[in-house]
Amino acid sequence: MRIKFFDSILDFLGSLGARSHRFFSEVYGIAKLVTASLRWTGLYLTGRKSKLVREAFAKQLVLMGNDSFGIVALVAASIGAVLALQAAYQLRQFGAILYTGSLVSLSVTRELGPVVTAVVISGRIGARITAELGTMKVQEELDALTTMGIPVIPFLAIPRLLALAIMLPCLTALADIIGMFGGYLVGTLSLGISSGLYIIKSFDMLVMKDVLTGIIKSFVFAVLIGFISIHKGFSVDEGAEGVGKATTASVVLSIIAIIVADCLFTAIFYYLFP
Amino acid sequence: MNPADPIISVKGVYKSFGQRKILNGINLDVREGETLVIMGGSGCGKSTLLRSVIGLIEPDRGEIFLFGKNMSRSTEEERNETRKKFGMLFQGAALFNSLTVGENVALPLREHTDLDAPIIEIIVKVKLELVGLTGFEDLMPYELSGGMKKRVALARALALDPKIVFYDEPGAGLDPITATVVDHLITDLTHKLKITSVVVSHEMKSAFRIADRVAVLQKGKVVAFGTPQEVQDSDVPYVRQFINGEIEDSAAIRETKENYLKSIFGDDIDS
Repeated sequence: MRIKFFDSILDFLGSLGARSHRFFSEVYGIAKLVTASLRWTGLYLTGRKSKLVREAFAKQLVLMGNDSFGIVALVAASIGAVLALQAAYQLRQFGAILYTGSLVSLSVTRELGPVVTAVVISGRIGARITAELGTMKVQEELDALTTMGIPVIPFLAIPRLLALAIMLPCLTALADIIGMFGGYLVGTLSLGISSGLYIIKSFDMLVMKDVLTGIIKSFVFAVLIGFISIHKGFSVDEGAEGVGKATTASVVLSIIAIIVADCLFTAIFYYLFP
Repeated sequence: MNPADPIISVKGVYKSFGQRKILNGINLDVREGETLVIMGGSGCGKSTLLRSVIGLIEPDRGEIFLFGKNMSRSTEEERNETRKKFGMLFQGAALFNSLTVGENVALPLREHTDLDAPIIEIIVKVKLELVGLTGFEDLMPYELSGGMKKRVALARALALDPKIVFYDEPGAGLDPITATVVDHLITDLTHKLKITSVVVSHEMKSAFRIADRVAVLQKGKVVAFGTPQEVQDSDVPYVRQFINGEIEDSAAIRETKENYLKSIFGDDIDS
């Protein structure tokens, strides 16, 4: 009985050890990817040239923009509309229904635009990056690149990272506008606020700071999604099944990272720019 | 580098994954212009050896010289320079599925040379012609059969006019006839282009057909090394078994778990 008890304690400690080992090797892997990416980006900024890297970057930009434009617009419009309805439900009680526009524009630009766009993109693009790189790893395509003397970090990772870091803030700006438009449609068509008044109220409260903090946050989210999905893709090692697992893990981890980072940055902005 | 020096030289290489010893002190020299076949059963370390030689795996101990340069002591930049001078044909061809056949072959040329697009196009045509796939430039890899994929991969490996080409199981996954065609291609190119070839294979017939010299690996060690004739006449029991495809005693196929673990980890485990 005693021995069994100690065994289970040992098992527990062992599993803790195994888990923390996994966790730290994951962190180490991402840290290695980050330093390698920074080093290579530095090399390309200081004069090194590669046609292939430039082309891959352009291709990724177009692909990401094209892929996500529609879905981001749809989600943003819905969010704006829902927000207007929910706000009106409460504001009506205070006879403050006129302020629906301000509430929608503030919450969309400060919070929901960046976060929802990032979550959609992590499912849409992060998952694709992981699956694509993971499949390449499984089919020895990454090894083939290395043996051809084409290093994988600048050829595969950096174009995707940069494209994400540029595209996500752009898509967020788009989501801000479309989200506000969704609120406008509900406000004017169903809540009976006059069009001019809604627009004035929308922009009355909005200052540059609101939009900018949202865009900065979305840039941070892009970097997080990029590094997580690329790292997960590169570290696939159990064939087709591994690709599936890594893709799921990549999306889940990205979403968690987005929400935690959002909390952190919102707090920072709150105290830095009151 | 002296002309008489070996073009590849593997000196006392050890490699373990966790507790599993994969390479156990390998010594191997490859002369310029010859075709060396590295043979051995599954799990004998032949693929690990190949991956160490081309610098995909860092050996734990020992040194590997390619063109007289120590690969494990080189910086990544120097390694990439060396990598331009050899080509590698992967087991599953490893073509880039998002690129056409032509773009696949052109990739190393576009990264490593400043040639203009029309010239690269011509080179790609020539390389595809060499492997007997004229006019396949615009097809996608998924439109090709297994044998054709291997040939495209070979054309890609030849793109930068390498001095050495490595082949990982060139006949794997192909029917016997196609495998023979690929074998012929290997000997043909080796002689025509004066390339040094290193082939990893477990298929005996093909190995003896193409090899100038054969090395047999068992449990991470070279147990026989010489011309095909010498290896065939070898009296090392494992080599005899391997060539004849017979099992010494029938117990071996019903190996117990303990024995299997011992064979991997050595005798120093308590089970």
